[in-house]
Amino acid sequence: MTTTSVHRTGRASDGAAGPRPAAPAPERRARKRAPGSASTWTAIGFAAPLLAYLAVFYAYPLWRNIELSLHDYTVRSFVLGDPAFVGFEKYAEVFTANAFPTALVNTALFTLVSIAFQYAIGLGLARFFHANFRLSAVLRALFLVPWLLPLIVSSSTWAWMLNSDHGIVNSVVQAFGGEQINWLTSPDTALTAVIIANIWLGIPFNLVILHAGLQQIPGEVYEAAALDGASPRQQFWRITFPLLRPVSAITLLLGFIYTLKVVDVIWIMTTGGPGNASLTLAVWSYREAFGTGQPDFSPAAAIGNLLIVIALVFGFIHVRMQRSWEKS
Amino acid sequence: MKYRSLPLARSAGALAAAAALAVVAACSSGGGSGSGGDADTYTWWDPYPQHDESSAWAERVNACGEEAGVTIERTASDTTDLTNRALLAAQEGTSPDIILLDNPAVSTLADTEMLTTVDELGLDVSGVDENLLAAGVVDDQAYGIPIGANTLAIYYNADILAAAGVDPASITDWDSLTSALAQVTGNGDQGITFAAIGTEEGSFQFLPWFWGAGADLRDLDSPEAVAALELWKGWLDAGYAPNSVLTNSQNTTWEEFLTGEFAFAVNGTWQVNSAAEAEFATGLVQIPAMNGGAAPAPTGGEFIVAPAQSDTDRYDVTRQIVECMTTPEGFVETATTFAYYIPPTAEGQDALLTAEPELEPWVAAVREAKGRTSDNLGTDYPKISEALWTAVQNALSGSATPADALAQAQADAEAALG
Repeated sequence: MTTTSVHRTGRASDGAAGPRPAAPAPERRARKRAPGSASTWTAIGFAAPLLAYLAVFYAYPLWRNIELSLHDYTVRSFVLGDPAFVGFEKYAEVFTANAFPTALVNTALFTLVSIAFQYAIGLGLARFFHANFRLSAVLRALFLVPWLLPLIVSSSTWAWMLNSDHGIVNSVVQAFGGEQINWLTSPDTALTAVIIANIWLGIPFNLVILHAGLQQIPGEVYEAAALDGASPRQQFWRITFPLLRPVSAITLLLGFIYTLKVVDVIWIMTTGGPGNASLTLAVWSYREAFGTGQPDFSPAAAIGNLLIVIALVFGFIHVRMQRSWEKS
Repeated sequence: MKYRSLPLARSAGALAAAAALAVVAACSSGGGSGSGGDADTYTWWDPYPQHDESSAWAERVNACGEEAGVTIERTASDTTDLTNRALLAAQEGTSPDIILLDNPAVSTLADTEMLTTVDELGLDVSGVDENLLAAGVVDDQAYGIPIGANTLAIYYNADILAAAGVDPASITDWDSLTSALAQVTGNGDQGITFAAIGTEEGSFQFLPWFWGAGADLRDLDSPEAVAALELWKGWLDAGYAPNSVLTNSQNTTWEEFLTGEFAFAVNGTWQVNSAAEAEFATGLVQIPAMNGGAAPAPTGGEFIVAPAQSDTDRYDVTRQIVECMTTPEGFVETATTFAYYIPPTAEGQDALLTAEPELEPWVAAVREAKGRTSDNLGTDYPKISEALWTAVQNALSGSATPADALAQAQADAEAALG
């Protein structure tokens, strides 16, 4: 719809300009439109760096990933450059693999549970720091620490804390009379353990964005609500939450995409194990490509493409929702 | 009307900028350490970034270059990265002249036709121990020479063993080891720690038990294999080994041992110096086979390989450099430089033992050791290994019985190998 209308207006203005008595300006404009003239080259010249950048860093890797997933790349054919074209065979292999249902369910649990807690805790903290009490800025800065630490450091620290025999978490549990919990080494708790670590890592991101969002809400609205006798609970659910909706939506979308791709935290803590107990799609892709002695690039690329599609779907849902809000 | 100002000059400027960008991009992508350009500079990649330019190791490499009348340009990176870079370089035709490559990767790279055979290079490998050379042999062709080998054994904490009244010499088979574990844990100490992590390291540590039971990597669900996995599982269930072995790398295992709480730790030749510096007395026993005797442990260590070059005239100098690194004196020097390599030739081993007689158990272990890619497994090994470590993880974590886990592993390995 939009393209045709632009096209039409373009043509209409051309038509309006055409019949005018011969003036220098329209003539120049007409010359500009002709292909091969200097100004067309100027336009191309200015766009070229951007186009080259997009082609080299976006289009090519994406194309290459698709190409990898449609061929049967072994180490041998990777070097010799003669992989057999197998169509969607690698995708079929991925979908029928034993690990696929596990990885899919784990990915869903890992992503949804992580962002639900990250968002809820992030919003709670943002609300808390919005009150702007003494030292609130300092405390808020401290909450950013998980974000600033290199992931290898925070993940290793979590792995130590959750160690079955010597971890601090278990020593606390046992001090209160609990049983030793094999956080990272039992198939029942490994996924929970990496989710806990990932929630902690994601809180600062949610806190920062939601805190900024809260500051956009004008104070008068709250004053008016308070005058009308709205309780703090009502103020939160009737004012803060609805007015924060666009910010929340983008926070959740970005959080979703980030969490979907998480490899490092899980890889460092459990390598997706024990067995496949904490395997997500992203970790599976990494494991196929780099986790074994023999790289399997084709299935890894197929899983990667699947992740891109999932992220895209949620991106479209976000755009849809935003449009419908703008309309209402 | 901005357009009026010199459109030609502008477009020329913009195009020039775009061209400059392209040139920059081209330069940065072409900046790899390719060979073939300079006849007097030979490129060398190794996985020892801990040895910098001024180290004894780097000096040795340079000396071998000087002896052959050329300069060696050495680049060090970690093992995994090195293998990936070697593959990319081969794809782009910019392979270095020499790579020191982790032994299980040799057959993988040989399969890509990117390596020269020792015959093509004119090297004599008759003196190299067969069991060590085998890791780099594919279809009866050797693709490199081990520059040294290391393997696994069981370190023990002599203080703990003495306190529990265990004689290390009594550990000769699985039963005697398990009863030793019962004795030390009964005395209030921790038993044994090893690495059962879900990576190649997990398979590496499991193999001595697997082979020691008489199992074969082509047959992962044999009764012998199940017996080996049940041994480990039994130790975990009895509390002889900590649950954390499931996420332990070999380094973590060693750190646990160094706390002085553990009676035993399975680890490699590379910890010899660290064990000597430990705050308690340590000793060494070979990993026992199920029914007695030493179990074959897997070999670790690098091979010196020469990737194929378009300019075959370079091979002559490459051969001289390789020969310089693999003389008996060269092997001993490598062994002492790294403190964890046993020379791969009988001559080199004798020379090393003359200098350092306390390494005798390690020389014996290396002689018993077996390459992971041997038995013509070659490029099948990584896939089998993945199935194996997954089975170990599943069994030890309790998500499957050892027999079921290994049956699944055999099915997975067969599926992966097609």
